[in-house]
Amino acid sequence: MNRLTETLEGLGSAVILAVRAFASLPKAPRILKRTAEHGYYGGYTTLPIVAILSFFIGSVLALQAGITMKHFGAKQLIGILVGASMARELGPVMVAILLAGRVGSAVTAELASMKVYQEIDALVTMNIPPERLLVLPRLLAVLLLMPVLTIIANLIGWFGGAIVCAHVDFIGVDPTAYFQSIQRYLAVQDILDGLIKAEVFGFVVMLIACTTGLRTRGGPREIGFAVTKSVVVSLISILVLDYFITKALA
Amino acid sequence: MNASIKAPKPIVRVPRDDLSPVRVEVASLSKSFGPQTVLADISLSVAPGEIFTIMGPSGSGKSVLLRHIAGLETPTRGTVTINGQDPQLPATRDRFALALVFQAGALFNSLTVYENLALYPLERRIHSKADIHQRVMRALHILSIEGAAHKLPAELSGGMKKRVAIARALVMEPQLILFDEPTSELDPIMSATIAEIIATLKEQIAITTIVVSHDRDLALTISDRVAILHQGRLRAVEKPAALRQSPDPVIQDFLNPKIDIRHPRFKQLEASHE
Repeated sequence: MNRLTETLEGLGSAVILAVRAFASLPKAPRILKRTAEHGYYGGYTTLPIVAILSFFIGSVLALQAGITMKHFGAKQLIGILVGASMARELGPVMVAILLAGRVGSAVTAELASMKVYQEIDALVTMNIPPERLLVLPRLLAVLLLMPVLTIIANLIGWFGGAIVCAHVDFIGVDPTAYFQSIQRYLAVQDILDGLIKAEVFGFVVMLIACTTGLRTRGGPREIGFAVTKSVVVSLISILVLDYFITKALA
Repeated sequence: MNASIKAPKPIVRVPRDDLSPVRVEVASLSKSFGPQTVLADISLSVAPGEIFTIMGPSGSGKSVLLRHIAGLETPTRGTVTINGQDPQLPATRDRFALALVFQAGALFNSLTVYENLALYPLERRIHSKADIHQRVMRALHILSIEGAAHKLPAELSGGMKKRVAIARALVMEPQLILFDEPTSELDPIMSATIAEIIATLKEQIAITTIVVSHDRDLALTISDRVAILHQGRLRAVEKPAALRQSPDPVIQDFLNPKIDIRHPRFKQLEASHE
C-alpha cells in the first residue's frame, strides 16, 4: 500500500511539476540561453554514444536480417527492414535509454544534491521557483534535442547496415540497392512516428529525472538512491510507453 | 611605519518606498513529524526593526521554527505571519523581501560567488545589469570578500561561505533577514565579525532580524530580545539583561553551563536512563 501511495504521489508530483514549469514560461528570463546550455550539454554528452551504438545496432540488424533473409531470397529487403526498425523503434528507444542513463541520471544527481544541501530552499526563500529556473529549460532542451539525436541515430544506423550489406560476403547487397529499398518502402510517416516517440520519451525521462531529484529527502546517501530510482523508472516508462504509443500510431 | 586604520564600510541601501522592516507573528504554532512533536504551542511576536534571537539546546526545534518563519514548512497547528501575510504564499514573498542565511550557506555550487549574489536581482528583473553589478560589488565590499567574486563556493572556507551567504542576503535588500546558526563552525574572531555585521545591519538599515544560535555571547550582546526554546516549548522571551537574571534553572544551566568533572552530566543521564 505504501509503495502504491508513493508511486501515485510521484506521478502527481511529476504532473504538478510539468504544469508549474510550463506555467512559468512567460515569466522566465533568459530562458533561451539556459535552454541552449542544457541542450548543448545533453547533445554533447549523448551524441558520441548515440553514434557508436546506432552504428552497431544498424550493423547487427543488417547482419541478422541477412542471415534470415538469405533463406527466402529476400536480401533486397534488408534495407527497409533496417530502415523501418531504426526509424520507428530502435532509434527513439535507444536515444531515450541513453538520455536516461547519461543526462537523466546527471540531472537527478544535481537536483537531489541541491535539495539535500538546501539550495532549493534558498531558491524558494528568494521567490525564484525551482520549476522555472531548473526544470523548464531542461524540458525545453530535451524537446529540441530528441528529434535531432533520433535523426542522427537513424542515419548512422542505416549507414552501419549499408556497410555490413556491402562487406559481409554472404549478404552481398549493393549499398545503392540497400538505400533504394529504404527510399522506396520507408514512408515519411514512419520517421515522424519515431520522432513523436522520441519527443514523448525524452520529455518523460527528463520529467522523471527532475521530479525524482526534487523529491529527494535526507542526506548524501539518498542522492545515490535517487539516481538509481530515476534511471530504473525511466527505463520502465520508456518501454511501457513504447508499447502504447506504437499501438496508438498503428 | 604608518598604521592605516580602515574606515568602517557604510551599508547603503538604495531607497525604495515600500522597504520598511516587517512584523513577524507566531501564534500557537505546533509542528509534528509523524509521532514526534518538534514544536508545541509556540507564540511570539517580533517587532519591526528588532534583533530577535532564538536560543536553545540542540534538538529543541530552533531551526524548524526558523523554517516556518521562512515559509519553508507547513505548521501542523497555528499560524506564522509576516505583516499579517502567510510567508508560504509567493505573493507574500513578492511583497516582502525575505532572506534566509542558511547554516551551511546553501550557496549554488555551480555558480561563482558573483553569480550567486546576482541571481536574485537578475531573476526578479528588479534592476538593470549595471545596477546589479554595483549592488553585488557593494555587498562583496561590505563583507570584505571582493577577492572571492570569481571563485566557486567549493574553493571557499567555512567562514567565507557564511560571509558570501550574508552578502547574497544583503543584495536582496530584505525587510526580514533570518540567520540559522550564523557563527557555528567559526573561530571566535570570525564569530565576532559576523555578530558585528548583524548588529551593523540594524544600525545602518532598517531591518527585522531573527537569529537562531547556540552562541550565548552573540545572543546576549546584539539581541534586543532572546527567546529560549526547550524541548519544543518556549521557555522564556526576555531582554538579554533580564535573561541573565532569570531564576529558571534550565535557562541558567543553558546560559552558564558548568563543567563538573566529579559529577559529569552524562553519568547523571545514564543513571536517569537506567
